[in-house]
Amino acid sequence: MREFVASRWGVRAGSVLAVVLLLVVAPSMLSVFSLGLLGKFICFAIVAVGIGLAWGRGGMLTLGQGVFFGLGAYIMAMHMKLADASLFGGTGVPDFMSLYGSGDVPGWWEPFRSPAVTLLAVALVPGLVALLLGLAVFKRRVKGAYFAILSQALAAAFAVLLIGQQATTGGSNGLSGFRSFFGFDLQDPANKVMLYSIAVIVLLMMMAAARQLMHSRFGELLVAVRDQEERVRFLGYDPATVKTVVYVLAAAMAGIAGALFVPIVGIVSPADVGVVPSIAFLIGVAIGGRATLLGPVLGALGVAVAQTSLASSFPSFWVYFQGLLFVLVIGFLPGGVASVPRALANLLKQGARTEADRSTGAFSAKSGVPQRAPDGLDVSTGPIREEASR
Amino acid sequence: MKVSVSKRALLPMAAAAMVTVLAGCGSQIGSPASAGSTTGTGSSCLDTSGSSVKVGFINSLSGTMAISESTVFDSLTLAAEEINASGGVLGKQLQVISEDGASEPTKFAERAGKLIQQDCTAAVFGGWTSSSRKAMLPVFEANDALLFYPVQYEGLEASKNIFYTGATTNQQIIPALDYLAEQGTKSIFLVGSDYVFPRTANKIIQAYAAAHGMRVVGEEYTPLGSTEFSTIVNKVRDSKADAVFNTLNGDSNVAFFRQYKSVGLNAENMPVVSVSIAEEEVPGVGLDNVEGQLTAWDYYQTLDTPANQKFVAAFKAKFGEARVTSDPMEAAYTSLYLWKAMAEKAGSFEVDKIQAAADGVTFEAPEGLVTVNGENNHITKTPRIGKIDSNGLIDTVWSAPKAVEPDPFLTSYDWAKDLAK
Repeated sequence: MREFVASRWGVRAGSVLAVVLLLVVAPSMLSVFSLGLLGKFICFAIVAVGIGLAWGRGGMLTLGQGVFFGLGAYIMAMHMKLADASLFGGTGVPDFMSLYGSGDVPGWWEPFRSPAVTLLAVALVPGLVALLLGLAVFKRRVKGAYFAILSQALAAAFAVLLIGQQATTGGSNGLSGFRSFFGFDLQDPANKVMLYSIAVIVLLMMMAAARQLMHSRFGELLVAVRDQEERVRFLGYDPATVKTVVYVLAAAMAGIAGALFVPIVGIVSPADVGVVPSIAFLIGVAIGGRATLLGPVLGALGVAVAQTSLASSFPSFWVYFQGLLFVLVIGFLPGGVASVPRALANLLKQGARTEADRSTGAFSAKSGVPQRAPDGLDVSTGPIREEASR
Repeated sequence: MKVSVSKRALLPMAAAAMVTVLAGCGSQIGSPASAGSTTGTGSSCLDTSGSSVKVGFINSLSGTMAISESTVFDSLTLAAEEINASGGVLGKQLQVISEDGASEPTKFAERAGKLIQQDCTAAVFGGWTSSSRKAMLPVFEANDALLFYPVQYEGLEASKNIFYTGATTNQQIIPALDYLAEQGTKSIFLVGSDYVFPRTANKIIQAYAAAHGMRVVGEEYTPLGSTEFSTIVNKVRDSKADAVFNTLNGDSNVAFFRQYKSVGLNAENMPVVSVSIAEEEVPGVGLDNVEGQLTAWDYYQTLDTPANQKFVAAFKAKFGEARVTSDPMEAAYTSLYLWKAMAEKAGSFEVDKIQAAADGVTFEAPEGLVTVNGENNHITKTPRIGKIDSNGLIDTVWSAPKAVEPDPFLTSYDWAKDLAK
């Protein structure tokens, strides 16, 4: 079974099944409302793919993906606001600006009038911010908890910044009330299905990209940086460059997810980009299994579905449950649900082993995250060449 | 090798799927098809064939706003039970579906969508913060559904899909300023949380002050939830203002009033008028910190009307003697009865019939008789200035002679011409 899952036919069959389920079965079975919810979860799953790379593969505990998600979301929201204003208002000035501000569109909004600029910016702006931050942080060899705290502080600051700019970002109200998406009527159910389908396709493409990266030499280098950063440095590589590249990639994925979130959900506010949502992104990844390809995606989807169904029946209970789950997973199952089969297998093997064997088994389990990729490719061996990082 | 396999397998599939999707997409703005489709999507799935009719309550039952919004949920529940006990609406029992807004605008928008599209409710009641209302407004307009919003707010809004049963600015802030002017207040200091309601309220106060010879000697904002007020309190003291107009929200009030008291300021030497402190908030802020200070609302628990005595008694009987009633709770309670009256006048639960019937609908509310203004979907309310007494309740010290017509865009005030375009 394992061999089949990892084989080319396994990958193909899995992909076909996922495409059929998400693109054919879901739109025909679900109501427009449920499909919108699923679309939102898909957006979270796209963020999770990036976190899986940065955290699971690269060891960067990024508690601030909300910033990049928010940048993508606000850029898309600004474009949609401007487009709506010229389509329906005639003046070209979004409604809330004349209500709370001077009635003029600020200069930094103007570039996003252009659809092309917007489409590029939703990925490039978060990527650029991550690049600057990554270079500043990783070149100084800031890592571990310090990096986590820094990224979280950034998320908090970003939310406060947005709230303070009532006249230009909508403040705590955020941006909402969109009517069109690149000329398509957002009220038309057919267009809602289209938006959902775009999100699914983007998710599949991101997963394909992540899989390719994981199985490349660069992916091996990334895991090596995670597990033995100093040794990689002594071998002549610059771990900062490796980490920055993946951090930028994760940021771009979060930005694209944010840009899809806005037309699907219809609103973005500072409450969607601050510390709490940033941590919520992480929980699904941790639970699903951060070092695998499917773990983060299934974890993010599972947690989102559970939250929506549980929170409706037990509003105040969910937060505690979520926290408990996070603590349990981090404390007792660092590899997430994806590592359960392997952990069980190890347990069985250990029982049969001698004392001496057990000690080596315990040593290899110590690093917390799985050392082997899910398809059996051993990432800790194999030659790492200079060109792999270029 | 495996890399190239996945690439080959996934990318063509994705491309093929993308083509299918784009082929199946719907109408574009401006194309002939869109004219018909926009009206078509608003059709309600409301089912009135059974013996009950569904209504939705949407309040934050978790998150920072839960402490305030759960009280509104309680009074809505009371109203629904009372209505059901007296025979329901148009002979149908109310079946309440409650959703948690979780103090997040996005959640409010999503859950409102569920109540309308999935649960097929006849009307939805709730929301508190301006951001929750702004988030839900496009959802209700796009689906042509009804929201009853029970909290005082910053005005400058009128949607045909929202009925506003809390005060707009000319039923709370302007009367409070009139009262201060009447008391001989010549200078005023503005303190507020940094979000849309205080910002808009203070814009109105600035315009009012300019037109009425009042001086605004300071305008300070702190982030929501901020508890550091020593600088602001010192500025307030040094300003020697006659009064302070307080639009702080939530926890900030605790810190503000405590530090206000610690620098020797009190209700006698510099009164504070608060617009976000009601009976419910007094124990939280600390009675000894706010006793004697002023509030501006349209309802207090101590009001001596038969409807209020009945409301307070029923609320305490259901939720306990220790509980208090407040303005937003009363406005929520009233909103459910107003919807009932509208449906009965229209003889239907259909949204367009209720909208058509709304104008002039009245209800003998705990705060007094309220009348719906069909032009802006707000209601008449009687502004009252209150003083926090030694029991933590609020006594009316001044009341408008009669109910004030709602004017959300302040069109009847010359000095407010520039505020609302």
